[in-house]
Amino acid sequence: MAATGTPASRGDLNQVRSAMGRGPMRPGRIEKARAPRTALRRLAGYLRPYTATFALVFACVIVFILLGLLEPYLLGVAIDRDIGARAVAPLVRTSVLLLLVFLLDNGFQALSSWLMARVSQDALRRLRLDLFGHLQSLPVPFFDRHTAGELMSRLTNDIEAINQAVSQNVVSLVASTLSMLGIVITMFVLNAWLALAALVVLPLMFGFTEFVARYTRRGFRDLQLQLGHLNGVLEETLSGQRVVTAFGRGEAARARFEQGNQAVCEAGITAISYALSLMPLTNVLGNVFVIVLVGLGGWLAFRDLATIGTITAFIAYGRNFISPLRQLANMYNSIQAALAGAERVFEIMDTGPESDAAAASAPAVTAGDVVFEAVDFAYVPGAPVIRQMSLTARAGQTVALVGPTGAGKTTLVNLLLRFYEVDAGRITIGGRDLREIPRAELRRRLGLVLQDTFLFSDTVLENIRYGRLDATDEEVMAAARLADADQFIRLLPDGYHTRLSERGSNLSQGQRQMLAIARAVLADPAILILDEATSSVDTRTEARIQGALLRLMAGRTSFVIAHRLSTIRDADQVLVIQDGEIVERGTHAELLDRRGVYHELYASQFKGKAI
Amino acid sequence: MRPVLRLLRHVRPYWRRSVVALVLLIAVIVVDLAIPRLIQRVIDQGIIARNLHVIVATSLAMLALSVVQAVFAIGNNILSVQVGERLARDLREAMFRTIQTFSFGNLDRLNTGQLMVRLSSDTTVFQRLVQVYLRIGTRAPLLMIGSLVLMFDTDRRLALMMLPILAAVSLVIAVFVARMEPLFRGVQQKLDRLNTVLQENVAGVRLVKAFVRADHERRRFDATSADYADVSTRVMRFMSTLSPALSIFVNAGIVAVIWRGGIQTIDGGITVGQLVAFINYLQTTLGPLTIMVMLASVAAAGSASARRIDEVLTTAPEVADPPQPVALPARAAPRIVFESVDFRYAGGGDPVLRGIDLVAEPGETIAILGATGAGKSSLVNLVPRFYDVTAGRITLDGVDLRRVRLDALRRMIAVVPQETVLFSGSVRDNLRFGRPDAVEAEVVAAATAAQAHEFITRLPRGYDTHVEERGVNLSGGQKQRLAIARALLMRAPVLILDDATSAVDVTTETRLQEALKAQAGGRTVFVVAQRISTVLTADRIAVVDGGRLVAQGTHEELMATSPVYREIYASQLGGGRPDGQGEP
Repeated sequence: MAATGTPASRGDLNQVRSAMGRGPMRPGRIEKARAPRTALRRLAGYLRPYTATFALVFACVIVFILLGLLEPYLLGVAIDRDIGARAVAPLVRTSVLLLLVFLLDNGFQALSSWLMARVSQDALRRLRLDLFGHLQSLPVPFFDRHTAGELMSRLTNDIEAINQAVSQNVVSLVASTLSMLGIVITMFVLNAWLALAALVVLPLMFGFTEFVARYTRRGFRDLQLQLGHLNGVLEETLSGQRVVTAFGRGEAARARFEQGNQAVCEAGITAISYALSLMPLTNVLGNVFVIVLVGLGGWLAFRDLATIGTITAFIAYGRNFISPLRQLANMYNSIQAALAGAERVFEIMDTGPESDAAAASAPAVTAGDVVFEAVDFAYVPGAPVIRQMSLTARAGQTVALVGPTGAGKTTLVNLLLRFYEVDAGRITIGGRDLREIPRAELRRRLGLVLQDTFLFSDTVLENIRYGRLDATDEEVMAAARLADADQFIRLLPDGYHTRLSERGSNLSQGQRQMLAIARAVLADPAILILDEATSSVDTRTEARIQGALLRLMAGRTSFVIAHRLSTIRDADQVLVIQDGEIVERGTHAELLDRRGVYHELYASQFKGKAI
Repeated sequence: MRPVLRLLRHVRPYWRRSVVALVLLIAVIVVDLAIPRLIQRVIDQGIIARNLHVIVATSLAMLALSVVQAVFAIGNNILSVQVGERLARDLREAMFRTIQTFSFGNLDRLNTGQLMVRLSSDTTVFQRLVQVYLRIGTRAPLLMIGSLVLMFDTDRRLALMMLPILAAVSLVIAVFVARMEPLFRGVQQKLDRLNTVLQENVAGVRLVKAFVRADHERRRFDATSADYADVSTRVMRFMSTLSPALSIFVNAGIVAVIWRGGIQTIDGGITVGQLVAFINYLQTTLGPLTIMVMLASVAAAGSASARRIDEVLTTAPEVADPPQPVALPARAAPRIVFESVDFRYAGGGDPVLRGIDLVAEPGETIAILGATGAGKSSLVNLVPRFYDVTAGRITLDGVDLRRVRLDALRRMIAVVPQETVLFSGSVRDNLRFGRPDAVEAEVVAAATAAQAHEFITRLPRGYDTHVEERGVNLSGGQKQRLAIARALLMRAPVLILDDATSAVDVTTETRLQEALKAQAGGRTVFVVAQRISTVLTADRIAVVDGGRLVAQGTHEELMATSPVYREIYASQLGGGRPDGQGEP
């Protein structure tokens, strides 16, 4: 319906689409990139390989815009020249021509979206992969500075914002702009007076949009703030629900929740009411546009300065002009959001990766003495965690690291794996500075069982195979047997083919650690690091694993961190670490005899009981 | 659709607003339908009849009408937004209240992530459903029907010609709607998979690096990413044909009207104004059809969300208050008795506990020792009724736990759970969680006993130091000690320590035990532990193995009588040899 603008126009469609949005509570994001040009240029880099397709899409756009301009004109011709002149044959000709134009128009529109779908998805896939690959190469401290949620948001929300813009809005924006330009020119050609009158509405339209958008932006910013707050309260309360229940604090939690809930409700009413009021306002302007055309056109027609056909055509042009205009703001916002997202994505891609020294080369020897020479290290400058640490682990030796929580044991492991770089001093393996060995080579020689077992949502088999990707099923099972995991794995619903749910939450802590041990067994490293590897396994199970670990440690240089003295009594060397320094070193027996810190630790565990 | 209807009951408090919103909507539609008629008047009685007055008057009338329409539309918007937002608020609150009544068994099945999704995005999706149907959702079909009627009113013959087109369009839409849902579901699945890979890599970055698996992960990621790109492309291509496909029919209709209607106009059957009005109505009829496709998917998404919300709201707590609760005796250390208790987790599986008989005398400290998965935590979780026994009973000073009010029972019991949960807020707020009115001296005393006072005072702002979300700025041992202090501050007559010192080093643990011992006598204590050192000081040690209580007694008694205990003891002291001969 020409008069009021199509009531079910695309603006409404966009609203419905956003109603289908999948994400969590995430109202329209209104944000801007700091350097949109740079972001745009780099983003364009991802689209460059598809230049040919783009040229084709552009050609389609030009064609359907021109066809679109022809349609109202033909409509006018049909009314004025054919119907007006009471000529049936030309009317039929015009009708057929019009049908043909319509068909081609729709066909080219479909073709352009068809082509864009593949291009945008391929480009995004490459962007995702680049980002992912880069994340993989980033040093561990980077992951300390950024929360998992933050990084996930880069990889999902920001990429999705780019997706929205690239797959839908970029072509629409170009097409709409060109089409509006074409319409203005055509209107002037057809009737300059009517065209001038029509254009009067434009500044009004922009003014209104900007006016409403300002309030909408403010409203949404507030809503976002309140939503963030409510989600925080929810996340915390729900993840601590058991404690809330245990301490009977449900009422207090509810009061806190209710406050946030009410605030979100109010902010939502304000923000969304503003946002939605734009539609009726622009509708009125659309109507004014048409009414001006009809009124003025009628007056001009009265004076024989215009025809009914021209007026009809103008109404149609007006509709084609107004409807993209109403969406310009949406498209613009979407593209802004995409650029802001792209900027954050590129920020990560510009973070320097872990790099190896130019001279780094694979070590000639697979194993050798591991030596720390006067190593200093601090996670945060000024708060040293390791001070002047020197130690030597001979090839094949087992070194136990003992000490209270926070003494710096895990830090030593982090340094050995080069997750972090030493601040002073150096660490050598077989006489070579770690920094001269490519990281990948170094880590391949180190086997690791961490305190916090990480499992992937995959089968048990694949999780163990992670230790050595080319291991056969038999080798995997042999490793599981060695880690004493075989027995419980076979009791799982699908045995080795049981899929672990997110991060192995369907296994107990102890079982997960057994899988981690099996993984290390399979990796067959030259140097083994066990960081509290058996802390969550009860002592009887641990005793069973102990044998497996001893077999695993035989012939390898091993670093063992543990609270439990029973785990470390067989070590060749025990290092007692306190406050980032080695305070005692020697064998279990020597240290007991010395009656120092170690003896105290040992005695406190079995106090009052004869050993 | 039943969950949708059930949730729609929450609209009831706002029915007046909803009705007004719909009335305003109808007014908006009436104006929409009136305007083509007025244009027709301008053309026929104004331009063709050369009546300037009609042209001006009708144009002004249209102008006035459209302003009025905007006011109605804004009114409709505001009211429907209010209804939608308040409905969402009420649903969130109803869910939150229900969750507060959940037992641990309920929480096992609906984890934090699932509940979060239901409280946030599911509520939003359902709210949008209501909002959309209070606005364009109702507007589009009414507008269609209205203009169809007016088309017939304008010219019956032309209108009849439109029916086959309308039928064809409906068919196209039906096909799209039917195929769209599975396609979208496919995209969602691939996206979930992609997110899982991402999540794992971000969370497990150290492991990936340690095993030098970056290339492997990249390949894995790209494979998933490629899957997602393929499905997305297919869906986008499918969707991109919808709009042109519908346009073709609409445009065919327009051409038919021009053609047939044009000939009728030439023959004098209808006026030019009627012809233009007819085209306008035709577009009004077919335009909303595209929206109908979207409405169908909003409805589908909304009803899926409604089902998930409804699931939370209709979950009955597994552990509930008795209809006629019995008052608990005074707050002194109680005698707690397990009488042939069996327990199994809901949803099948083997019993976790079988025939447990255990007596905790007032003021006694009972240690519970056993292998991983032996049932130690399950056993102590039965005392505060986090779960209910499946057979047998537990009594507190002779009263069956199930006959006591839950909040009264839980106020008597302080728990230090296996997994330490702290809340954002100051250290002091965290310690006072169980007893918000505790005075400073009590807080410090509890922290001192829990061996936490010293490290708290060394924190940047002492007791006022802000604990970040889930206590990320504290070490595992520090968090555990805060959790113990929090429990001690409750001064409850029953204390349960569920492997509460696993991350605390042995020296600190010893001091902690001494402090607890000094305060003991006033309370009955259950200590779950894996380390022998933790249980040595208990009055009695209960050894759990495979869900059964295999032995109980003091350390000396058990050393003499229990082979299982001896084995555990030896494994911790004797380098794995069960003969207890320690030194290698």
